[in-house]
Amino acid sequence: MSIDPARPRCFQDIIFRLQNFWSAEGCVILQPYDMEVGAGTFHPATTLRALGPKPWAVAYVQPSRRPSDGRYGENPNRLQSHHQFQVLVKPSPQDLQDAYLRSLGTIGIDHGMHDIRFVEDDWESPTLGAWGLGWEVWCDGMEISQFTYFQQVGGHDCRPVSGEITYGLERLAMYVLGVDHVMDLPVNDPDSPIPLSYGDVFRQAEAEFSRWNFDVADSGMLLRHFEDAESECQRIVNTPETDPATGRSIVLALPAYDQCIKASHLFNLLDARGVISVTERQAYIGRVRALAKLCSDAFLKTEAGGACL
Amino acid sequence: MPELLLEVLSEEIPARMQRRAARDLEQRVSDALSAAGLEFTESVAYATPRRLCLRVAGLSAASGATREERRGPRADAPEAAVEGFLRSTGLERENLEVREDRKGKGGRKAEPVKVLYAVVEKPGRAASDIAADVIPGVFESFPWPKSMRWGARPFRWVRPIHSILCILSEDVDDGQGDTDGHVREAGPEPGAAEAEPPLARIVPFEWAGIRSGDRTRGHRYMSPESFSVACFRDYRGRLAEAKVILDSVDRAERVRTNTENLVSELGLELIEDSELLAEIAGLVEWPVVLVGHIPREFLGLPPEVLQVSMREHQKFLSVRNPGTGRIEAFVTVANTETADGGATILAGNRKVLSARLSDAAFFWDNDMRTARTGMKPWRDGLASVTFHNRLGSQADRANRLERLAGSLSERVGAQPEAAESAARIAKLDLLSEMVQEFPELQGRMGRRYAVAAGYEPEVADACREHHLPAGANDPVPHAPVSVAVGLADRFDMLFGFWSIGEKPTGSKDPFALRRAAIGIIRLILENQLRLPLHDLFAAASSDYPDLDANDLIEFFHDRLKVFLRGAGIAHEVIDACLAMPSSDDLWLLVERARSLQDFLGTAEGTDLLQGFRRANNILVAEERKDGVSYQLAPDMHLVELDTERALFSALGASESAIVKALDVEDFVQAMTAMSRLRVPVDAFFDAVLVNSPNPVLRRNRLCLLNRIREVMCRVADFSKIGG
Repeated sequence: MSIDPARPRCFQDIIFRLQNFWSAEGCVILQPYDMEVGAGTFHPATTLRALGPKPWAVAYVQPSRRPSDGRYGENPNRLQSHHQFQVLVKPSPQDLQDAYLRSLGTIGIDHGMHDIRFVEDDWESPTLGAWGLGWEVWCDGMEISQFTYFQQVGGHDCRPVSGEITYGLERLAMYVLGVDHVMDLPVNDPDSPIPLSYGDVFRQAEAEFSRWNFDVADSGMLLRHFEDAESECQRIVNTPETDPATGRSIVLALPAYDQCIKASHLFNLLDARGVISVTERQAYIGRVRALAKLCSDAFLKTEAGGACL
Repeated sequence: MPELLLEVLSEEIPARMQRRAARDLEQRVSDALSAAGLEFTESVAYATPRRLCLRVAGLSAASGATREERRGPRADAPEAAVEGFLRSTGLERENLEVREDRKGKGGRKAEPVKVLYAVVEKPGRAASDIAADVIPGVFESFPWPKSMRWGARPFRWVRPIHSILCILSEDVDDGQGDTDGHVREAGPEPGAAEAEPPLARIVPFEWAGIRSGDRTRGHRYMSPESFSVACFRDYRGRLAEAKVILDSVDRAERVRTNTENLVSELGLELIEDSELLAEIAGLVEWPVVLVGHIPREFLGLPPEVLQVSMREHQKFLSVRNPGTGRIEAFVTVANTETADGGATILAGNRKVLSARLSDAAFFWDNDMRTARTGMKPWRDGLASVTFHNRLGSQADRANRLERLAGSLSERVGAQPEAAESAARIAKLDLLSEMVQEFPELQGRMGRRYAVAAGYEPEVADACREHHLPAGANDPVPHAPVSVAVGLADRFDMLFGFWSIGEKPTGSKDPFALRRAAIGIIRLILENQLRLPLHDLFAAASSDYPDLDANDLIEFFHDRLKVFLRGAGIAHEVIDACLAMPSSDDLWLLVERARSLQDFLGTAEGTDLLQGFRRANNILVAEERKDGVSYQLAPDMHLVELDTERALFSALGASESAIVKALDVEDFVQAMTAMSRLRVPVDAFFDAVLVNSPNPVLRRNRLCLLNRIREVMCRVADFSKIGG
């Protein structure tokens, strides 16, 4: 199996190169969070760690589910589950843009040959109560990344500010590898004994989940689970800090945040299922945001959140 | 004369903010320098995607010394008062002077007293010190529409700052030869190389953790090395060598010229879009124009779809083939030169465009299928699109529009059936896939789909034209069906939001109701429509039960004042006309106001207005004094003087002429009739003593003055017009 050092040959090679690059830049390489999330930002390593004064530097792949974007694996560009590569560095270093451009070089996007532009795009997540300023990054007219300086998360000002970079991996890989349909992307090296394409690996899941997301999911159950997750989240953050079992003070931010993530994904499923009206939509988003805020408040009371215990 | 050069190099500044930011930098720094006592001949600011730059030329080397004398408390004043004075002047007690002072209270001459005086002398300050002092303050409070913090610092700017260049150069020539808008080509100009480089000094300060210096960087990719500069001329030249065109006007011009050259070689022509051109100039420091052909399979899409899709998503300029009249090519402007002459960049852009246009073509095909079969899914779908949660769905709205357009049709000269049918389908394109993807195509798609569905041209056109005018520069439709639907659309918005109490307040107008009212005003005026609002509101009251009609009419009057101010008609002139009957007929109101404004601009007008005021002032004063109002008809038999008699008969003649003219709404004629009062009124005031000692004569003359007021107020309420 020969890999051209200059250019990646497959989807996973792009991931490895990004991981190696950001590892060399000093980031911790984490694994994806083991829950259904809508974007890499929802990983607690981003949402919660962007809060508080402690320095932080991570990079990781995050499979991201967008139930309403499912197209049964037939659309060349749309997926109900895609992959994001996420980088978060706090405080944002002065040379983050340069580092980002160098990372593009390692996956074969050389600014000597391509037109790479930073086009205004202010990021806002109404469900996380978060916003930041930055850009979408265009390569030859195509958006390949999102670059954001976090200003607020969960209603709290970010001090210091984190710099966040999100690469849309499928789209980036399609461009770098010159593939027009996502399902045609080589996932491992095309010269491998068993070469596998993106379709070989993911098409079935796309078809099945598209059907389930749109038509089969039991919306009554989703609604109950949403409410369960919501009340469990509230119950967790309201649990007294002192643990009767150990006598220690343990603030429960992370378990509460898991419930917030659940609620958010259940909302996305309900939305895809088409059972949420336009007016109700805002109300649901507000309910998830309220949870994110509770979790952020709790996180700031933990050691990782910078509280002096 | 010294020259100040300031540059803030940052990460990419949003294109839409650059122009304003350059202006703010220019104004705020030059204001601060002036306030500190510096003078200068010129200050000009520039913006690129990564830098804000300011040049202040002909700057004085230092501010002048100042001397200020201040009078303090008396020498024997309590210690606290003296201390306060010392604090406010920053002096010590021994610096104060004691003087004898004679000034007493209330201007009276008083016994001399001993008073403390402070003489505060401030020496002039060097320009460099002043600049170093004021510039960080300008940065600190810079009015970015949105700003951010970065790293661990508390400072805010639009994006993180990388360097600050700030130098003061001595003995720079006036730079005239270099400000003519041309970019210096790479390489020094002949002769310029020998010139002694001016002496530049760094203006030292620190902001956002960055120390000011004399260095900057070139283009992000093509020339990222740092270099030092000696003055503005040197700065601009070196930037150009480093692949940065400083002036956005030059960048836009370069894009335009290069594009025109490239497309004309291909036998094509650029579709003008100066707004997009300006935006592009804010996205690139070194514009490189690339032209590509739109893939053949998309050439059948409507031109507005091609243009909007290319413009909104990709910032592409559109290029037309004059032979076919179609948009066949695009222009993308890259920020960098590449080894392959842009081939990779162009190929990438073309690929993105193909993906976008495949989506658009997919929407178009689906929509046209729906349209050709009568748009039924869209009609059904209107019920599930909320217009506003308290004003129902788009289906409810379509019903209201149909009734309103029907009731308006006669007044605008449209067939009721046509107006109703157009109102019913006017909003259907909201449901089309194309409009959901490109909201800015609403209306234009509606017209195409209505044609495809087999509607009459006037009905289809109304689907497009009822949206006009959307902005101040848009034309107003004249086709009766379009006018009927356009009015119905806007009246429904106003009636609806007024009836649920969602009126615009201050700067908040989330439903653009002010724009809707201006749209109605323009539709009425430019189509010369007679549309008394009270009648219309009464007819619509069953659909909008909680509508406060008077309040809404007042809103219209306010909008009308703003609108007419642009046409040179003063507020008070409109107020004078608003007080007249039928002021809810906006066309009539404006006719009256225009004639009155014209009349007041003539010598007769000014004079007669004086006469009116004089009569009115006397009357108001005397009526208040006497506690009666002099509203009886004056008695001809009590008239003594010729001038009185002349006025008496002139008033009668003028009044009947005015009434006659007003009957046929001929305001010009009414003004002319009124202007004949000028001579007799002037003569009356010259010759007649109103407050005659004879109470009977006095009363009669006051009644005659009242007649002036009465007759003139048939035309307009002149008492609303101030001095």
